[in-house]
Amino acid sequence: MAKSIDVDNLNVYYGDFLAVEGASINIAPRTVTAFIGPSGCGKSTFLRTLNRMHEVIPGGRVEGKVLLDGEDLYGPGVDPVNVRRTVGMVFQKANPFPTMSIYDNVIAGYKIAGSRKNKREFDDIVERSLKGANLWEEVKSRLQRPGAGLSGGQQQRLCIARAIAVEPSVLLMDEPCSALDPISTLAIEDLISELKVNYTIVIVTHNMQQAARVSDRTAFFNLAGVGQPGRMIEYDETAKIFSNPTQKATEDYISGRFG
Amino acid sequence: MSTTIAQRPQLSGQPSDLVGARLPRWAPIAVGALAVALALGIRFALGWTGWGTAFFTAAALFVIILTGWSFSVEGVRRAKDRLASTLIYACFVAAVVPLVLILSYIAIRGIPAFSVDFFSHSMNGVTSRREGGGLYHALIGTLEIVAIAAVIALPIGIFTAIYLVEYGRGKFAKAVTFFVDVMTGVPSIVAGLFVYTFLLLGFGARPFGAAGAIALAILMVPVAVRSSEEMLKLVPRDLREASYALGVPKWRTILKVVLPTALSGLITSALLAVARVAGETAPLILLTGYASSINFNPFSGDQATLPMMVWDQLGKRSGTGTSDLTEARAWGAALTLVLLVLILNIVARLLARLAQPKTK
Ligand SMILES: Nc1ncnc2c1ncn2[C@@H]1O[C@H](COP(=O)(O)OP(=O)(O)O)[C@@H](O)[C@H]1O
Ligand SMILES: [Mg+2]
Repeated sequence: MAKSIDVDNLNVYYGDFLAVEGASINIAPRTVTAFIGPSGCGKSTFLRTLNRMHEVIPGGRVEGKVLLDGEDLYGPGVDPVNVRRTVGMVFQKANPFPTMSIYDNVIAGYKIAGSRKNKREFDDIVERSLKGANLWEEVKSRLQRPGAGLSGGQQQRLCIARAIAVEPSVLLMDEPCSALDPISTLAIEDLISELKVNYTIVIVTHNMQQAARVSDRTAFFNLAGVGQPGRMIEYDETAKIFSNPTQKATEDYISGRFG
Repeated sequence: MSTTIAQRPQLSGQPSDLVGARLPRWAPIAVGALAVALALGIRFALGWTGWGTAFFTAAALFVIILTGWSFSVEGVRRAKDRLASTLIYACFVAAVVPLVLILSYIAIRGIPAFSVDFFSHSMNGVTSRREGGGLYHALIGTLEIVAIAAVIALPIGIFTAIYLVEYGRGKFAKAVTFFVDVMTGVPSIVAGLFVYTFLLLGFGARPFGAAGAIALAILMVPVAVRSSEEMLKLVPRDLREASYALGVPKWRTILKVVLPTALSGLITSALLAVARVAGETAPLILLTGYASSINFNPFSGDQATLPMMVWDQLGKRSGTGTSDLTEARAWGAALTLVLLVLILNIVARLLARLAQPKTK
């Protein structure tokens, strides 16, 4: 079930390079949180620390704490594999597995991990996940076709279906709509609003209308200059960030985009 | 609403800026014909006897006339373009012609030796003056030895590549890469000498097929590592991350995502590595010896192979005389070897196509 996330003073490094400095955030369960900010300010980097995907990159490491329902993800003995089961992720570029059918892509989390279920159970999971991702009607007649044959928007929804098939508690999305057309974007925004009932969602977006439409709270990231670490400048109710931000930098960024 | 696109009025006598003067399409052919005719004329006039000089004269005339004509009509940029294209085509032909010549010569010499008997009989009891005999014994030997070499080398090669791409960091990985590179350059006779010293001399054994297979495996490993490594690197990082993000451990990600995605390429690289050593001769001289009779057992006794049969039939092994018969058999064995490599390549391509991820 949906879980809360509490980050306390997190530093994120690529080798010696400090990419994000002193980030803190408290995310309530069953909410949508948007990360906005200029490119290179560490939104993706920070997002990936929330399910320990950051350390997949050689040299990637963090200092600080990330608590999932009070439990430290970086505590001793914590298995990153289990963390990623609980905190799912959707990437900027749709990345269905090219060797697998639509059906197999949805249950990839089970199939690849080698967990055994019978055909009935898999059928149920596939139908439920694809319906959850608003893709069922479009693909139900061709589940055995390759996932790579779908359109970009469909592929991204397939990736969302794949992510929710393993029933995570939290769903991280890194610019999930940046490569999609407006119709597909709308489909995914609707989906986010529906998923919010069951999941805690964190979404990175460059589209401020999107942040305003889908999120409850918004975090604004910025960086002082090239080679400087990114920082979380402001974190508040979305309505407040977009109407009446406390920080000058936030206001500049938002008005620059809207004006 | 209908829109009509306004045509730019074509004023006669006022050429467009966009359309430059061009040579007619048939220009290269005409210049080619002219160059050949001129070269022939010069050949007769000066009384040259050979054809080589005439050929190069024609080629040079072609380049000069075409570039000059192009320069005067089309301008300097197109002239350069024609010159460069001509040179590139010439290099292509220079690279391909010898290859085609060699292959067709082998085919011409080898095909007359082919018969059902040639593929179903050994050379047992067939002397250099007698008809008959075949390469069955050598074909068996080559297939067995290459198969054993592949069984030894391909797993090592692919696992090393997996290590280097997925796990290798720091000094150890660098060292492995370095030694693989060095091994790529090891002359085959050195690999043979190594196995000869440790296996045959060390254990006081007589030559046998598998000993040759070990030497071939040593030659195959670096090729397999290098090419598999490239194939694994082609698997996008995205896919690995997608799998990790589903809570899949790394080893299962490699097994179920990386390897299937790279499968097509891995098959190609494996079969090309096999093809690479199939014709290797030097280590086999030391390690497998030669037997003119059939020996199915690669673990005991001399075993014939196709390259060794060529060597034998040309009389180089025993110093015996040769005849048209033995020469024909040598070419037949050589052609078979070439065909074997060709078949491996074709099979590699077919399998690779089958294993390729589909989108339809
Ligand atoms: N794999 C990496 N290795 C080293 N530095 C990286 C890597 N990925 C991102 N960075 C650096 O980290 C900083 C933040 O990048 P990122 O999180 O991708 O920004 P955003 O998603 O906000 O555009 C940038 O300075 C970027 O150059
Ligand atoms: Mg990013």
